[in-house]
Amino acid sequence: MGRGLGGRVTSGGSRDAVPGAGPPKMAVCIAVIAKENYPLYIRSTPTENELKFHYMVHTSLDVVDEKISAMGKALVDQRELYLGLLYPTEDYKVYGYVTNSKVKFVMVVDSSNTALRDNEIRSMFRKLHNSYTDVMCNPFYNPGDRIQSRAFDNMVTSMMIQVC
Amino acid sequence: MADTVLFEFLHTEMVAELWAHDPDPDPGPGVSAGLRGEEAGATKGQKMSLSVLEGMGFRVGQALGERLPRETLAFREELDVLKFLCKDLWVAVFQKQMDSLRTNHQGTYVLQDNSFPLLLPMASGLQYLEEAPKFLAFTCGLLRGALYTLGIESVVTASVAALPVCKFQVVIPKS
Repeated sequence: MGRGLGGRVTSGGSRDAVPGAGPPKMAVCIAVIAKENYPLYIRSTPTENELKFHYMVHTSLDVVDEKISAMGKALVDQRELYLGLLYPTEDYKVYGYVTNSKVKFVMVVDSSNTALRDNEIRSMFRKLHNSYTDVMCNPFYNPGDRIQSRAFDNMVTSMMIQVC
Repeated sequence: MADTVLFEFLHTEMVAELWAHDPDPDPGPGVSAGLRGEEAGATKGQKMSLSVLEGMGFRVGQALGERLPRETLAFREELDVLKFLCKDLWVAVFQKQMDSLRTNHQGTYVLQDNSFPLLLPMASGLQYLEEAPKFLAFTCGLLRGALYTLGIESVVTASVAALPVCKFQVVIPKS
């Protein structure tokens, strides 16, 4: 299942997966956007052009807003925090998630990493949400500031592609 | 189950500590029985303490507003948010639900608690009525903070007619 493409991600510099284990679950860029639509945290793999990812996240916010307003008019049981695939480009896929406090998480993954299934993305977003809640509860954190927590950084690092 | 009293003791100490810093003991003219809002008859120093308490409650409310509704789906409308406050938030902080929620559907909500846990150990009746407002400042901030995280700007005031019954009035201005 999903192993037909081999155990490697084709973008440069990724570590070799154990043969037969499938590609590691990795994102290329992760961003946390406040409800006023400015970034609280944005991190991408350093070898790529970071500006390109910043721009992608920025354009994805329009799609997020569209989905949120569409949800508001839909039936009750369709309200969900996970927004799913926002839009695909030829190299990347962008996923979104919005919390009850209107904080948005945007994740960009490599298109060639096709073994990344929907529920894996959901669990990554859940981990992000839990870490973000911990940041919020930290008395040294002022809501609205950039996130500088090392614990949050470590959690995001564990989700991103290892590029040496 | 000693957990519930831990917060009550901490809260009592917070109020006592912030009140003690006020150097001016003279309550000034017009000390009313604290029936409407917590600012009635207070001097500037006391007003500062009240707003500090309310500010603390606000920050705590922001964090709770982020942590508590996690598995719940997004709220559909204002009334749902208020119901969440009355049920989930109140149970999480005070181990009981709010006793009544009334609204005029124009943005004003009155939440009534017939046996507010922070006032319960003090008295039952009219004794200590003047002291009661400062014990409600933190909780007003708590409500305002939780509402703010969920996207609603509001003004929260509290009033006590007879301990331990208290009413929290939430006014959400129409934009």
